[in-house]
Amino acid sequence: MPTVPMSRREKARRSLVFGAFMVVLALLYTAYKAFGQAIDDTQRDWWLVGSFLPRSDDKNMPRVLDILAEFGEAPRAGGTTIGRLTLDGALFTLREAAVGFAAGTVIGLAIAVVLLQSRRAERGVLPYVIASQTVPLIAIAPIVVVWGRTNFGFLPWEWEDWMSVSLIATYLTFFPVAVNGLRGLQSPSPEATELMQSYAAGRRQVLRRLQLPASLPFLFPALRIAATASVVGAIVGEISAGVRGGLGRLILDFAGKYITGPERLYVAIIGACITGLVAVGIVALAERLVLTRRGQLAR
Amino acid sequence: MAQDLVLEIAGLEKTFNPGRPNAVTAIAGLDLAVQPREFVSIIGPSGCGKSTLLRLVGGLIGPTAGDLSVNGRSAQEARLARDYGMVFQAAGLLDWRSAVRNVELPLELMGWSKSRRRARANEMLELVDLGGFAAHYPSELSGGMQQRVSIARALSFEPALLLMDEPFGALDEMTREYMQAELLKIWRETATTVIFVTHSIPEAVFLSSRVAVMSPRPARIAEEITIDLPERSPPVRDTEEFFRAVSLVRRTLRSVEGT
Repeated sequence: MPTVPMSRREKARRSLVFGAFMVVLALLYTAYKAFGQAIDDTQRDWWLVGSFLPRSDDKNMPRVLDILAEFGEAPRAGGTTIGRLTLDGALFTLREAAVGFAAGTVIGLAIAVVLLQSRRAERGVLPYVIASQTVPLIAIAPIVVVWGRTNFGFLPWEWEDWMSVSLIATYLTFFPVAVNGLRGLQSPSPEATELMQSYAAGRRQVLRRLQLPASLPFLFPALRIAATASVVGAIVGEISAGVRGGLGRLILDFAGKYITGPERLYVAIIGACITGLVAVGIVALAERLVLTRRGQLAR
Repeated sequence: MAQDLVLEIAGLEKTFNPGRPNAVTAIAGLDLAVQPREFVSIIGPSGCGKSTLLRLVGGLIGPTAGDLSVNGRSAQEARLARDYGMVFQAAGLLDWRSAVRNVELPLELMGWSKSRRRARANEMLELVDLGGFAAHYPSELSGGMQQRVSIARALSFEPALLLMDEPFGALDEMTREYMQAELLKIWRETATTVIFVTHSIPEAVFLSSRVAVMSPRPARIAEEITIDLPERSPPVRDTEEFFRAVSLVRRTLRSVEGT
């Protein structure tokens, strides 16, 4: 197992590949559009393009350059640009997601540690943890916001609507952490456990020195899933609960103006994707730092 | 004198799943006594309960009946007093800890200060000839090196008794013979008593002052053979005495299996 950290050259190569991939994506998009325009897909005598695949006109598929230009446009003359609005929205949403992610990770790990204590607890509780994820988020988001506004007055700080959205993100985040965390905590071999016993290690010592470190390689993939889930959860939560300030609200606003300016919605979508990538990127960076230092990175 | 024994076992019995239809009596009526500084190998047909015996001695499982005392204490008390160092067939190193941090593990659990345990761990790595590999992770070490780290770890807190369960079973022949010589060197340098489970007759003969031959299930110690070799160094493997001892153990093992 090589444990060498990524070289600068490898990093440069990866960024280059990513950039090339985006360019290819834009080219394919443009090529499809050009092809649709050339055959005049509104006639619908082609069974693919324009019939069940999207039409290629500027209303359905705005030109790539127009989308890019839209970042710099301002809805009101001299006002804030679309790009700036999207950035502000993304930061707002990222904060919600990060708080939800942190809380979800703590709660998920706590559940995993509790379930670790007995097979009976695991068998009894785990099905409910799984069932918890079948609750439709869109339905409960408004309930959580109202609940937060009316019932959380006892807290030492003022409860704001974005915290309710974080709560929704928490709900999506704790699940993969609990399930994978439990598997990771159970991963040490019987020999390793007997070894700890032979040193007369207590339950806490076994947890801290053996089970928690052993769980990290299982935990990080779960954290990556949780990172995207927390961003998606935050956006959906904002939309469903009507919370202002984030990407969710922005998407809702721009979708309403889709007929007159479709580029705007595309900008918001790109913003949402980048936000998700940033969230995953932060987790991946943490993983790399932690596991490389521990010689555990198998790559 | 009984107080001087490191290990004293009398009438030991271990039944798994007692009182149930799938009850298995692994060990019955087993007696064994080990003096300080002895190197005792336990050899027997596979599945006869050698590892079970070792885990009983180590206090990892409890006996069904009989007496077992380590330095005059029960196995449980001895375990809690950290009288044992254990080495298993799998080195069982924690792969997120460097070699030196693996050796430090038991010392950490015992609350040693950082500088003290680091100094001791480095000393132990020197003892097993791995002084230059302190910062290496287990994945960067060969099987034999990993096993040596495991031995260093087991000896780090100077336990009265070193329990080894086929520690070289997964190694190739050359590494195995090298490791045996290393182990003897360590045994001489530290004042440790060793109980060594193996299924290799030459290994048992080369290492031990005494070989205890176990019977098939339910196991007891059927024969004890004192090994008297002029010296314990690799050339002794080619001597007449060594061959005689090996064939004596082999014949005993065969006769035990026949009954």
